[in-house]
Amino acid sequence: MARRTICRFAANGFDSTLRAPSGVPPFVYTEQDQRVTTQADPHVEFEDIAKSYDGRVMAVQGLNLSVRRGEFLSLLGPSGSGKTTCLMMLAGFETPTAGAIRIAGRSVHALPPRKRGIGMVFQDYALFPHMTVEDNLAFPLDVRGIGRDRRGELVDRALKLVRLEGFEKRRPGQLSGGQQQRVAIARALVFEPELVLMDEPLGALDRHLREELQYEIRRIHRTLGVTIVYVTHDQQEAMVMSDRIAVLRDGMVEQVAAPEALYEEPERSFVARFIGENNRLHGRVATVDGDVCDVKVGAQVVRGYRVVDCRPGDPVTLSIRPERITLHPEPGVFSNQFDAVIEHITFVGDHLRIHMETCGRADFVAKISNVVGQGAVLEGDEIRVGWTAADCRVLDYGGAEGAV
Amino acid sequence: MRRGRDWRPQLRAAGLALPLVAFVGVTFVAPLATMFSRSVYDAVVADALPETLALLEGWDGESVPGEEVFAAAARELMRAQEERVIGQVAGRVNRVQGGMRSIVAVTGRRLAAAPDGSWRETFVGIDPAWGEAGTWHALRTAGERYTSRHYLAAVDLRRLPDGSIARQEEDRRIYLRLFARTFLVSLSITGLCLLFGYPLAHFIAHAPPRRAGLLLALVLVPFWTSLLVRTTSWIVLLQGQGVINDILVALRLVSDDGRLALIYNMTGTFVAMTHVLLPFMVLPLYSVMRGIPRSHMDAAASLGAGPAQGFLRVYWPQTLPGVGAGSLLVFILAIGYYITPALVGGSTGQLISNMVAYHMQTSLNWGLASALGAIILACVIGLYLLYERLAGTEGVRVA
Ligand SMILES: Nc1ncnc2c1ncn2[C@@H]1O[C@H](COP(=O)(O)OP(=O)(O)OP(=O)(O)O)[C@@H](O)[C@H]1O
Ligand SMILES: [Mg+2]
Repeated sequence: MARRTICRFAANGFDSTLRAPSGVPPFVYTEQDQRVTTQADPHVEFEDIAKSYDGRVMAVQGLNLSVRRGEFLSLLGPSGSGKTTCLMMLAGFETPTAGAIRIAGRSVHALPPRKRGIGMVFQDYALFPHMTVEDNLAFPLDVRGIGRDRRGELVDRALKLVRLEGFEKRRPGQLSGGQQQRVAIARALVFEPELVLMDEPLGALDRHLREELQYEIRRIHRTLGVTIVYVTHDQQEAMVMSDRIAVLRDGMVEQVAAPEALYEEPERSFVARFIGENNRLHGRVATVDGDVCDVKVGAQVVRGYRVVDCRPGDPVTLSIRPERITLHPEPGVFSNQFDAVIEHITFVGDHLRIHMETCGRADFVAKISNVVGQGAVLEGDEIRVGWTAADCRVLDYGGAEGAV
Repeated sequence: MRRGRDWRPQLRAAGLALPLVAFVGVTFVAPLATMFSRSVYDAVVADALPETLALLEGWDGESVPGEEVFAAAARELMRAQEERVIGQVAGRVNRVQGGMRSIVAVTGRRLAAAPDGSWRETFVGIDPAWGEAGTWHALRTAGERYTSRHYLAAVDLRRLPDGSIARQEEDRRIYLRLFARTFLVSLSITGLCLLFGYPLAHFIAHAPPRRAGLLLALVLVPFWTSLLVRTTSWIVLLQGQGVINDILVALRLVSDDGRLALIYNMTGTFVAMTHVLLPFMVLPLYSVMRGIPRSHMDAAASLGAGPAQGFLRVYWPQTLPGVGAGSLLVFILAIGYYITPALVGGSTGQLISNMVAYHMQTSLNWGLASALGAIILACVIGLYLLYERLAGTEGVRVA
């Protein structure tokens, strides 16, 4: 048998559980032992994965991704970018056209879903409507032949974990959407899998409930220390919840990084555009000087921080976050200072959004924090704006995609 | 100016529904009502022999009735002879007691205006049976306007002269056995339909849309074809010199003079009815299965269940409403099925409906036919209520 991981969930009472990554009935209970979680300990590895459903169009290609043990990794991308496909291949419901998937170092190619020992939360919950909440939770334990007493214990714990005590006898149809989702999460966890997959689990819920459950899932992750691969197309959700985010686009990984890094240091113009708000300027490289390069945008020259390899003449896209734009800069402080005309101002509450025209673009936005002394501009004002070269990232050309 | 509520929209709506109401009334309610009344009410004998029957009221039931009864019977039989209803009267009495048809008919013909001595002697002279109390019992029973004898007959019972109820004589007990056979056959056909229909419905429900459409059409094409055409195609296939036997003979699996009897017996009824009723099983199953998301089976697998466990514990229970609805439909249809067993059932493959048809068309005992029909209807309604009770609100409604 491959390596076994022994882990302990002292915090919530999920005590020692010995799991076999291969998933063959993993319920052997042994002495407690501290779980080892190192950064360099890959739990899941995708290696050169490609997937095509019809033999022509590639749903996923050239996918290399490594998920660390105990990590919360989100797959983020627009609709059709292959997130679900990745998850389904990992869970074993789809077979990769090429490449290998390894869980805990073992290729799972020949392993059917039921032997992978992966907990899965489906977008439509997939609760069994003819069973009570209790029976739904007991199902994975039952098929593993776990005795009645132990079963009841585990079900109770899982229900407590998702704060649904007292709902044992209800049917899924008698629960609200949020409660159903909690049951689905509890069911994916009740048999103590090491790896849990969630495919847009909060997609069907309203905003308030989403935020509540985001927090809950996060809390559960911290409590249990399981590895979670989470699919969402909501960048904010991914930012709030994840240790790392893999941004997918057309079946390829654009960037894998921690949320802050993804926001602060996007490496692709697609990522910059997809994560958070940003102003985009398209131009051609004029000069390159180490990490800094000057880009000709219309008649202006903008200085930026070079992220992609580029030579003079290459088309590039510059990305500037709205909150990094300073109004009325002191002359000479910023390497980029331009004239701007205030188009209109939107009051958002904690901040103001200043829509302006500058550098040949009419849709430039600056965010100004709503504190005394700020926002000393009026619609129609002609002012100076500025930003540093470090806050202006020079990325691959993304202008052909049209939308900003 | 108009006052109060404007009734015209309601009237218009009612007017639009009127044709339907009339149609249902004429084609459904009226025939049913007639059928029920026929099963308990028959006035032919009562209208033809009112005086005789009135006099028989006072009869002790053991001795031969008195001369005045014979006199009244003579008058009324002669009148019936004149009015040409004697045949009907004879037929009715015959149903109560075999052999009475000719006795009544011959007597009616031979009676003359004046008796040969006493009326009693005249009657006994025509047929000695008139000198027996049983004959008069039969007459009196046939004369009841409201009667339970059709229902009794339909369950192999009869009323003895003393009014008690007894089982039909051994050789005349046919209906209970036929009912039992019909139920058994219907049950088996329901089972066969489920056996064939379940995998088929599953396959169609989870096939890609284009293929699902094609397969569904294939299931429905026989459904759209004339019943007669379908049934006769089975004759072509199954008969002694038919396709299947020819193939078996050609393969030397059976000898030429050992050809299998696949039709005009129970086998034929089974094969053809299962085929005819299959769509009624497939369609409800299909619609229920369509509603079960693929993710349920995926979830079962990801939770560690093998294919068999997943099916038995997740899929099958969710299809139960469809199984119930389909089985109920097939069973109810099978119980009342007539044309297929009539065409391919031979003498051993007949069901209760064929007996109803026989009494409607050949023996002209509409009272018995109606009683049999009413019993079938009651069984079906009972079954449906049972199903409703068992399936509760979650079941798929078939009506
Ligand atoms: N079963 C399938 N058969 C054929 N093509 C498929 C199938 N499932 C997905 N695809 C295709 O593969 C690509 C990736 O789909 P996938 O479902 O993985 O996207 P996604 O990122 O999950 O999108 P969404 O956010 O809309 O769920 C799409 O182009 C889609 O049309
Ligand atoms: Mg998806």
